[in-house]
Formats: sequence, C-alpha cells, structure tokens
Amino acid sequence: MLRAALSLLALPLAGAAEEPTQKPESPGEPPPGLELFRWQWHEVEAPYLVALWILVASLAKIVFHLSRKVTSLVPESCLLILLGLVLGGIVLAVAKKAEYQLEPGTFFLFLLPPIVLDSGYFMPSRLFFDNLGAILTYAVVGTLWNAFTTGAALWGLQQAGLVAPRVQAGLLDFLLFGSLISAVDPVAVLAVFEEVHVNETLFIIVFGESLLNDAVTVVLYKVCNSFVEMGSANVQATDYLKGVASLFVVSLGGAAVGLVFAFLLALTTRFTKRVRIIEPLLVFLLAYAAYLTAEMASLSAILAVTMCGLGCKKYVEANISHKSRTTVKYTMKTLASCAETVIFMLLGISAVDSSKWAWDSGLVLGTLIFILFFRALGVVLQTWVLNQFRLVPLDKIDQVVMSYGGLRGAVAFALVILLDRTKVPAKDYFVATTIVVVFFTVIVQGLTIKPLVKWLKVKRSEHHKPTLNQELHEHTFDHILAAVEDVVGHHGYHYWRDRWEQFDKKYLSQLLMRRSAYRIRDQIWDVYYRLNIRDAISFVDQGGHVLSSTGLTLPSMPSRNSVAETSVTNLLRRESGSGACLDLQVIDTVRSGRDREDAVMHHLLCGGLYKPRRRYKASCSRHFISEDAQERQDKEVFQQNMKRRLESFKSTKHNICFTKSKPRPRKTGRRKARLPSGTPLRSWRLTACGFEPPSVRIQLRGTPSWTVLRDLVTTEV
Amino acid sequence: MGSRASTLLRDEELEEIKKETGFSHSQITRLYSRFTSLDKGENGTLSREDFQRIPELAINPLGDRIINAFFPEGEDQVNFRGFMRTLAHFRPIEDNEKSKDVNGPEPLNSRSNKLHFAFRLYDLDKDEKISRDELLQVCRGAPGELVLGLCLLIIVGRNCSFL
Repeated sequence: MLRAALSLLALPLAGAAEEPTQKPESPGEPPPGLELFRWQWHEVEAPYLVALWILVASLAKIVFHLSRKVTSLVPESCLLILLGLVLGGIVLAVAKKAEYQLEPGTFFLFLLPPIVLDSGYFMPSRLFFDNLGAILTYAVVGTLWNAFTTGAALWGLQQAGLVAPRVQAGLLDFLLFGSLISAVDPVAVLAVFEEVHVNETLFIIVFGESLLNDAVTVVLYKVCNSFVEMGSANVQATDYLKGVASLFVVSLGGAAVGLVFAFLLALTTRFTKRVRIIEPLLVFLLAYAAYLTAEMASLSAILAVTMCGLGCKKYVEANISHKSRTTVKYTMKTLASCAETVIFMLLGISAVDSSKWAWDSGLVLGTLIFILFFRALGVVLQTWVLNQFRLVPLDKIDQVVMSYGGLRGAVAFALVILLDRTKVPAKDYFVATTIVVVFFTVIVQGLTIKPLVKWLKVKRSEHHKPTLNQELHEHTFDHILAAVEDVVGHHGYHYWRDRWEQFDKKYLSQLLMRRSAYRIRDQIWDVYYRLNIRDAISFVDQGGHVLSSTGLTLPSMPSRNSVAETSVTNLLRRESGSGACLDLQVIDTVRSGRDREDAVMHHLLCGGLYKPRRRYKASCSRHFISEDAQERQDKEVFQQNMKRRLESFKSTKHNICFTKSKPRPRKTGRRKARLPSGTPLRSWRLTACGFEPPSVRIQLRGTPSWTVLRDLVTTEV
Repeated sequence: MGSRASTLLRDEELEEIKKETGFSHSQITRLYSRFTSLDKGENGTLSREDFQRIPELAINPLGDRIINAFFPEGEDQVNFRGFMRTLAHFRPIEDNEKSKDVNGPEPLNSRSNKLHFAFRLYDLDKDEKISRDELLQVCRGAPGELVLGLCLLIIVGRNCSFL
C-alpha cells in the first residue's frame, strides 16, 4: 500500500522535477537557481521496488510468527498467498491496473535457482541414492501418466460437452495443459513438508520426485508446444520419436552439465587456501552458472543444479574453511527462504489481475477432480510394482501421503503464462484453471495435510543428528552387507556403492580434496599425543616411576602409519618456539631430585625469557581474513596455559587439589581475544592422582584447530 | 552348469534347507551354483582360502570377520548347509503373525538372531562381551574423522566406561 502510494506520489513529483530542466529550452529566460532537493524516483525505481517487496514479505513473516497458534495450524505458504491476494487487491484498487505479476523470466532466472540450489546442496545424498529407483519411477513414469491421463480426460470432458465450446482447444492443447499441470512442484512440496516432518523416506521420495520430474515436464511442455505450433496435422511419426529421444537428452544432458560444474567447483575450491574470502562466492557462482548453462542449452536446469549440489558437496565441505562453510549454509538458506516468500506473494498478487484469465466452471472442476484422482491411481499402481523390488515396502499410509502431497505450484503457473495466446487460444481459461489448482493445492491441501498426517499416524522423522555410535555401526553394517553380496556373487546396490567409494577414495578425493584436508587428522593426533604426554609427565612427577605401558596405549591406526613413526621428540620440539618448552628427558628417564630442579629452572627461564607479545591490529582488509594471526594467538595462549599447568604439576607432590580457574590473558588492542583455547584443558581437574577428566561431553571452543574437535566431541555417544 | 548343480542337490535336502532357512526354491538353486563355483577343490565343502579368493572381499576391512562367521567353532570347512544357514541371517524380516510358529525355534532371520550375528562379528575373542579394543578394531573400516572422533572419546573415557 505504501509502495503504491509512493509510486503514485512520485509521478507528479517526478513530473515537477522535470519541468525546471525544460525551461532553458525556451529562449531568453534566465536559467533556474540551484535546486536544493530533487526527487529522483525513476533512477532508483527498479532496485527500490525489489528491495521493498522483499522487505514487505519479510515483515509479513514476522507478523505471522507473532501468533504461534496461527503458524501451528496454517503453513506459511498459505498465509503468504493470502497476503499476496490482499496486496494485489489494494494495488488494483489504488492504481486501477494490476502492476505486479509473477513474470516467468524473473521466476525462472532469479527466483527458482536459489531454492533448487539450497535443496540440492543439502539433500541427504545417502537417502537419495538409496531410494533412487522409487524416485525415478515416480518422477518419470508418474509424471507421464499424470500428463496423458489428465489431458485425455479433459479432452473427453470437452467431447462430452461439459466444457463450454468457447474454450477452443483440441486434444493437443489439452495434452499441453495436462503436461504443465501434472508436475509436482518442488517449491510447494518443500514449503509444506518442511512443517509436517514426515519420516525421511517419504519426504525424500516426494521431494526427489518433485525435483527430478523437471526434465519430464520440460520435455513434455516443449514437445507439446511445438506440436501445437506446427499444427496437429503436420505432426509426423519421427516427431514422436524425437520427442522420446529428447527426454533422454534433456535429463541426461542436464545431469551431465551439473556434474561438470560440480567437478569444476570442487577443483577450484582446492586452491583457495589463501583467498578464503571468495569461497562462498565461488560456490554460488558456479552453481548458478550450471543453472544458466543448462537453461541456455534447453536442458533441464533443475536437474543440473541438483546434480551440482549433490556432487560437489563432499569435496567442497572438505576444502573450504569453517567460516566459509557457515557462510554458504546461511546464505543459501536465506536466499532460498526469501525467494520462496516472494514467489508465494507474487502468486497471490498475480491472481487478482482478471484481465489475464477467463473462467469456465467445467474445465476448472474437471481439472481439480482429475489431477487428484489420477495422481492417487498412479501412485497406487506404481507402488504396487515398486514393492516387488523394494526391501522396505511402501505401505498404504505412505501411499496416501504421497498422493495427497503432490502439490502444484509456481512452476505450473509460470509455464502457463508463457503460453502463446495466438497459438493456444484457450490460454486464458488455462490460466484461470491453473490459478485455482495452485491455490487449492497450496491452501487446502497444505492446511489439511498436517491433521491428516497426525490422524493417519504417519511415522515422523527423528530430529537429532545421528550419534557417533550410530554412524560407526551404520558404516560397519555397510561393509558387512557389501561383503555378503560379494560372497553371494550378487552385484547389488551395496556392491556398486562399495565400488563407487573405492573409486572415489583412490582417484577423485586425491584430485579434488585439498592435501590439508588430511591435516585435520594431524591436529587430532596432536591433541592425542599432548594429552598422553601430560599423563606421562604426571606419572613421572609422582615419584619418578618408569613409564608403564598401561598409561600410554596408542591404538594402531593403519591409515596414518607415517604419523605413528613420528617420534614424540619432534612433536615436542615443535612447541619449543614459544612458551612451554617440554624437555623430552622429563618423560624418558628416571630422574633424581637434582635433575628435576634443573628442569624446573630451565622451564622458568624459558618462560621468563619469552618475548613480549606482539600487538595484533584489527585487520579490516576486505581482501583476506588473517586467520593465521588468530591461530597463532590461540596457540600461544594454549601453550602459556600448558606451561602454567606444568608448573602446577610440581605442587601435586604436596597433594594439593585445586581446580584451575586462572583468568585467561586478554589481548590488548581492538581485537577481543576469543577466549578459551585454554578452556578445554581447564575443565580437567587436577587432583593428587593425576588428571580426572570431566564428563564425556566436553565443550571445546575457540581455536580454529579445535573447531573440528568441537564438532566431533559435542556429539553424544 | 545349472542343470548339473540341481541334480547334485537332492530334493529332500532342498526341502530341509527350505524349511530351515526360508529361502525359496530358485534362490537355493542359485546359491548352490554359486557354492559350487566357489568350491575349487570340488569336495562339497568350502575352506577359508576359497573365500579369500573373492577379490572384493580382500579389500573389505571386515572381510576376515565375515569369512570367520561362516565357519562354525573350530572347524575349517563349511558345507552347503552351513553356508545357507549363515546366509539365512540376511533374509528380510517377515512380520506376519500367521506363519509364526510359537512352539518352534525362532527363524534365522528374526531381529534378535540378526543382532546376535552382528554381535558375534564384533566379538572377536568370543567372550560374549565387546571390549574397547574390539570396538577400535571395528573402527579400522570407518572413515577418517569417525575413527579419530572415537579415538578422542576413548581418550576422554579412559577412566570411565562407555558402551
């Protein structure tokens, strides 16, 4: 409302602003004085409007979430569509014409890619490939079935006279309409299922279907469109064959484009060690480039982006820094959510423009009934076939949810707007029908699916991340199953997955993952050694026992043989650069009292002679984040703490129990130190008998080298 | 090859195996031909070397344990019945109430029997307990971060028992 008023106000003002500039044209008149204030609406109009739209949508979301009751009952997408309707009505009333529409160009180029990228990147790939057979069946066979049956049924309806004759459409027109209305929409499915939380298998099947059926929809739409343009009399048999062939070309080509870009992305991120700041940018750019390339070549762009996200995730996550990972995750989610909001709002607004649609009750009602009925029928038939092959069959309740969850959305709307009215005279009727169908599925089905799921007692998803224990056992079982498949000689799913993992480990990971992705393991080894060393020191200090093997058990890790050979000396020497300087001799030999005094003196001197700390300037450079400085800082703090702890070891001789609670040194300068690189060890209480570890859940914070540990260790066993 | 195999397997034997393991007729025949193709010595039993000859099994970190699982206590040869008995653990679970024979022994592919089988795979020294070292041994197949994460937890849990 504000915006419409703003634009309306702007027009006269802009007109007024222009007048002074016209004056100098009339001869003889003195030029006007310097203008203090000019209204430059036209110059900022386009970006301002875009920003305002997104702002309105976000504010609306905030308003919705103020009432918990409403959001628990009504999915957000419904509320957004209704808001769009209201806004559209207001704009219509004020400006007397419908200003804003869901433009297909904007939709396909700007609004759809973020959503698809987000879903492709965060798709649980294991679950996806486990159910790939079912997903492909529903996507390809299901969509074809829906399209043909709906189109044919509508044509039959017209022949039976239930559709008014002013709807001039032949069989091909109805087939075209059937093809665009039959595709399950990923945006709508995501929006609704996100709030419903059904079990993962069900979700991945419906959602995977909505993504993969894009190829089929694109092909069907294009084929039917060109058939309609050619005229039904000119269609030859070869054209049908070409249509079938183009299905394979579009889908496989789209997937290939996506995989090529995934490979490029993984390869580029391997080399961004010194330019961390551009990593998120690379991810988005290359994924978007995949989308655009596929779009340009008339291949399935959604498939391309999905494959890109699926393929690159593992390597990109290993290569980029932790901060970049967080950035990528949150930016993707924000962009996707923003795009989704705008889409639903624009859907609502576009519906208001009655010049674009024409109503025919028979067509509308018929379409609604047919899409529901044929979807249900299709799902039942396909599930019956699939259950012959699946290990875990899909039961009746799953089938109900699957057929009810086949929502249509903005993609159908955008496709119908793209139709050419000269070639398809019934376009307006189709537009109206599409609007009704989309609204019905999103609003009615979206509202009722939650109660339905609860009523049918559908298995819900578990929310927690799998524990370390679970992951380990799952992995073990994978190996067992692959082994049994080898014994039996059956080249089944596990066999191929095993083969793929071998290939990946031998070739792909070497090529695409950074060398230092392996370095993380070194750091953890570091920690392990340090902890053991500290144990050893505590043993020695309590009366100089020779190191017994019960204290230091190093399990043999076959994959890091080289590290096992790295002597303890080297590790210790590495730390001698600053602060705590641990002498090897403290560990190895049995010491006399005199030697121990010497060691103490040695350490004190080392500590005392330490150079004063450099001042760390806060770096505001836009070109790189000086992470190394922080690492160095934290390492120093860590080592200072270690040194202090060593000295407190000496007092264990006197049976003092105390908990360490020394304040950490604060850095001078504008940079606030990230506190506890000392914290993890701080929580180990010092007792007379040595270290007593805290409860299993350690909270590790701080140092970049500890962030990996934090992710690992804060999972429960 | 197929016909020769089925004549070597007598019908009564087939029926017994079917009742014991629950495999179907065609599945048993197929598995028997696989058994004979693995059996290079042609003496009706498989030895450990026959299993180790399977190439993919050699690179599987848990390959040895699977092989051991086929051989009953202390023996070095497994006949077809034993082979089938082990493989029967891997059939899908059937949950129908009708065919459940309350008085008879539990079918080999029931949930608890599957769990027992998996437990026996972990438990190397057969003392009915999984020690920390045995768990670490299993870790060897797991990917890098998983191994080291568990390693770290073991460090931490050194003074307390976990599992």
